[in-house]
Amino acid sequence: MDRVQFLVALSVALFVVGLVGVIIRRNALVMLMCMELMLNGVILSLVTFAQQTGTVSGAVLVFLIFVVAAAEIAIAIPIVLLLSRQRKTLDVEAYSELKG
Amino acid sequence: MSLESLLLYLFAAGALLGGVLMLVARHPMRVAIALIGSMISLAGIYAILGVHVIAVFQVLIYVGAVMVFMVYVIMLLDVRDPSFTSKYSHLLAPGLGFGALLAAVLAYVATRSAGPAAQALSAAEPGASFLIQPFSADFLREYWLHFELTSVLLLAAVVAAVAVIKGGRRNDG
Repeated sequence: MDRVQFLVALSVALFVVGLVGVIIRRNALVMLMCMELMLNGVILSLVTFAQQTGTVSGAVLVFLIFVVAAAEIAIAIPIVLLLSRQRKTLDVEAYSELKG
Repeated sequence: MSLESLLLYLFAAGALLGGVLMLVARHPMRVAIALIGSMISLAGIYAILGVHVIAVFQVLIYVGAVMVFMVYVIMLLDVRDPSFTSKYSHLLAPGLGFGALLAAVLAYVATRSAGPAAQALSAAEPGASFLIQPFSADFLREYWLHFELTSVLLLAAVVAAVAVIKGGRRNDG
């Protein structure tokens, strides 16, 4: 297994671990952090491919993704704060009104 | 095995270990610490790959801004709710099964004997254009408009965060 394959496999593993975390954990903040882990796995594969092809645009894209991720967290955290203010809990099982 | 690939495997093991610890840790603060460890290991991998710019931004933006924010919120909201006593939802078994299935499929697709495109990818020599100086010159010459647009996005995010908090307060009172 060469280095590119190893890094792509690592990014797959990180993505799957993050997705499983989003599915099985109950705490809203922990689910947010698992989503960050998924994003990190995808960024790892993007950096690997950009480094292999030697293109600067890949690195620029990663930088822009960092900024977008920071904006995403800046929106997601106030939403979690609002949720916890309404029900005094971070347990996502308490917020099941949208379940069909 | 050279020192470089040894370090690469070490950092990869650290990143994966951090991810697995995120699944089993009970307190959100420990989950955050595990995620920070995983992100720093990824920054080490980026540095080994020679993409120093991304490694620096990974530490500065992710660990330094996003995760500090997250840790701050965890300390602010130290609620001992049912998600603390039983940390897994009832989707534990199907979630693990689905994760194993997805991992198998993705690993098969990612590591099977590659087509011509992937072979060309492996044959390509990594460029020297990721050093700070050529990267910054290219970044501010070619992509200055995108950079400015992200600042607009950040401004919109700040306004939206304030609006979310204000709207919730009005509903409460």
